[in-house]
Amino acid sequence: MFKSISHLLLLLLTGFIIIGNSQPLRAEGFAPLVEQLTQKSFNKKIKVVRKIAASGESRAIPLLTALTEGKLYFRKNDKKVFITAAGENGYSLLDPLTGKAVGISATTEMKKIKTNNKLRRTLNSLLGVLTLLSPDPATRLKSAKSVFQSRDIKTLPVLKKAIAAETLPHIKKEMLTTQAAIVAGSDQPSSDRLAAIRHLRNVGGNDVLALLTPLATDKSADIATAAQVAIKAINNEQAVWGAFQNVIYGISLGSVLLLAAIGLAITFGVMGVINMAHGEMVMIGAYVTFMVQEVIRNAAPWLFDYSLLIALPLAFLTAGAIGFALERGLIRFLYGRPLETLLATWGVSLILQQATRTIFGPNNREVGNPSWMSGSTEIGHLALTWNRLYIIVFALAVFAALFFVMRKTTFGLQMRAVVQNRQMAGSMGIKTKWVDALTFGLGSGIAGIAGVALSQIDNVSPNLGQAYIVDSFMVVVFGGVGNLWGTLVGAFSLGIANKFLEPYAGAVLGKILVLVFIILFIQKRPRGLFALKGRAVES
Amino acid sequence: MISSMLIRALDRNALIVLLALVAIAIAIPILNIFVPVESAFHLPDYMIQLLGKYMCYALLALSVDLIWGYAGILSLGHGAFFALGGYVMGMYLMRQIGTRGVYGNPVLPDFMVFLNWKELPWYWLGFDNFFFVAFMIALVPAILALVFGWFAFRSRVTGVYLSIITQAMTYALLLAFFRNDMGFGGNNGLTDFKDLLGFSVQENSTKLVLFSASTIAVALGYLVSRIIVSSRLGKVLVSIRDAESRTRFLGYKVENYKLFIFVISSIMAGIAGALYVPQVGIINPGEFAPANSIEIVIWVAVGGRGTLIGAIIGAILVNYAKTWFTGALPEYWLFALGGLFIATTLFLPKGLVGLVASLRLRERFGPKQSSSTPAPAE
Repeated sequence: MFKSISHLLLLLLTGFIIIGNSQPLRAEGFAPLVEQLTQKSFNKKIKVVRKIAASGESRAIPLLTALTEGKLYFRKNDKKVFITAAGENGYSLLDPLTGKAVGISATTEMKKIKTNNKLRRTLNSLLGVLTLLSPDPATRLKSAKSVFQSRDIKTLPVLKKAIAAETLPHIKKEMLTTQAAIVAGSDQPSSDRLAAIRHLRNVGGNDVLALLTPLATDKSADIATAAQVAIKAINNEQAVWGAFQNVIYGISLGSVLLLAAIGLAITFGVMGVINMAHGEMVMIGAYVTFMVQEVIRNAAPWLFDYSLLIALPLAFLTAGAIGFALERGLIRFLYGRPLETLLATWGVSLILQQATRTIFGPNNREVGNPSWMSGSTEIGHLALTWNRLYIIVFALAVFAALFFVMRKTTFGLQMRAVVQNRQMAGSMGIKTKWVDALTFGLGSGIAGIAGVALSQIDNVSPNLGQAYIVDSFMVVVFGGVGNLWGTLVGAFSLGIANKFLEPYAGAVLGKILVLVFIILFIQKRPRGLFALKGRAVES
Repeated sequence: MISSMLIRALDRNALIVLLALVAIAIAIPILNIFVPVESAFHLPDYMIQLLGKYMCYALLALSVDLIWGYAGILSLGHGAFFALGGYVMGMYLMRQIGTRGVYGNPVLPDFMVFLNWKELPWYWLGFDNFFFVAFMIALVPAILALVFGWFAFRSRVTGVYLSIITQAMTYALLLAFFRNDMGFGGNNGLTDFKDLLGFSVQENSTKLVLFSASTIAVALGYLVSRIIVSSRLGKVLVSIRDAESRTRFLGYKVENYKLFIFVISSIMAGIAGALYVPQVGIINPGEFAPANSIEIVIWVAVGGRGTLIGAIIGAILVNYAKTWFTGALPEYWLFALGGLFIATTLFLPKGLVGLVASLRLRERFGPKQSSSTPAPAE
């Protein structure tokens, strides 16, 4: 209610301003103008239409829209104009003056108000401007943007009125930019144009750049210099934003890599077990999310927004349990034979993939984004989707939690003790085999959690894990085996490096370059960035 | 000197293997051509193509066994050398198509016409000459192996680290060959071949010759491998496998030995790939997939790592199983393959050949005594 009143006030205000400025209109009024649309001459109709548009009446918008769409008719007997909609028994009529339905009329009684190309062109440009005054903010914003594209100097007066009447700051900003864009390229006084260029310079962006480029060779030297300066400034700004964007996107990619690799940092980095089935643990986590969402969709749709929170512990437990079983049933027989472990776990990965394919089918399964993760936000010139941002936060949170477990809990202490000196740890009463199994379960469980997060940005298919296995090994090996910090640094530096290479080399070539870089890097530092030092290394 | 090397290399078993391979190379075409179709011994045409494929795989397995079984280098990227050899052959076959392509361009292969390329890239020049191609089949994989191995072995990247970076290598090549800009047909690869040395690759007779050639290639590969492993060089390789540091401290240049065997092995893999492509009629980047390379390793492991004949048997058996499964129970092939990986590593560390050998020993010396040779260490 309040909203509609405020819109009404706004309209009255704009109407008042326009009417106050254009004297002849008051004499003619809206209703007589509408009557005049029934004339035959197109040129006269164009004049009338212009006057209607200039009235600034909100009633003008549906009227002119109907005219463009060929829905404006007049009654043959009294020449009264109606907006019509085709129904079963003829036309249902709408009075353009009051906006109310006024009954139905037979098709034979009505005559269409005809338009030609010229009239339609006029109508289209007029409607573009008129919507600047529309009561709907979204329409106003869209209109401001479309006027920015056309930059018709004739729209300037209406635009100025719209700016004066505008109350929402973001729309006002857009309108001001549009105004500056029009003025800058017009033959207005050069002081105005310079001010406009200054304004555009502060706005920045590719659109503005395209607009300023022709001005850099303007007849007036002042304008040309100003435009050149502005272009340079915008270019510099864009370079900064570009770099910033690369860093942000790189961090986003890095967080994905971190999630995929962090479980591996435990199983491979700490235990020294090459687990080629690691990617499948990630996949299992993603499928757990899918199943949780399926159950929620069928049984309790209101829980959908919490589906990921429910899936997290379940994914951890499922993948962790599979990892635990894997260690007890297979890997413990292969300690000290890393190459055999590699082959055996590869076999496990094939079996898990095929099992998933048999149970869930080979196609991608749909995992939805909860409402709080969809959509995006803008920082400056950057659009960032919420799910990417959440994954960055989540990856860091998982890292912090794991770090806490390793450093501050009894289990973490026992784990590190077993890694450093198994026999000594055993003599101190630590159940080393139990610790092995739990450590492997922990690493797998974290991979499962990663799967929940990755289900939000990747296709959930049986091949999900395969896509990450090479990358995660690269991260762990690059960062340095047996060091969680190394994994963190490795993931983010590889992510950022990838994104910085992409603009120059393309996505695929960028990735190849990173791989080649790692291959060369390992030659130089075979134990990674943060290598463990000391005697344990050689064993 | 050569004769003494040969005598050392060809013990009784090796001679049997060689003769068997030559016999197969002769007998299989005979069974196909001269035995009447109704006879139970007649080999249908599709079998020839299948067996030819198996022989290429056997040569590939032999190349992996040479480095993994004897030098302890587990390459998870050997499929890359195989695929490179295949691409070289594919380029030759593409150039042989000439005006018979869809676009009828006498010089440019179809995919280049499609991409609007105006002339042949420089690295495609010369690939219409078979002798040049035959040379490149060995050279291209060898150069990659030389560069990669030189970096890797010199900086003492060993064990699983080496496995992981070889995997990264083939993965990088996979991504690279997917790119259309590379000029190797992008993800479609090279296909639609017409003839090889003037003979149509569709003809059955060509396929028979290719099968025999592949079998002879396996025999030659086996002979070369035998010569290497029975020489002093082979002994050094085994000692590197079992105690790398100790070998180095004894004064051997470990990296040179490793590099040598790695390059030889890559050439064998390349030749296998080159023989493979005309038989299957296509080469695409999928051959670079890391999964393929790991599969080669399991052929060797099933047959018996460190026994050359084991690699050949393993490759043929596993691939026969694959053919059977994908025909009869396609759903279960990956289960079977996965199970094979696990079962072999857990219960058959020395593969089928090792199993047979230990059974024989038990027969001869009674149940107590098992094989006295130490298991290959990592």
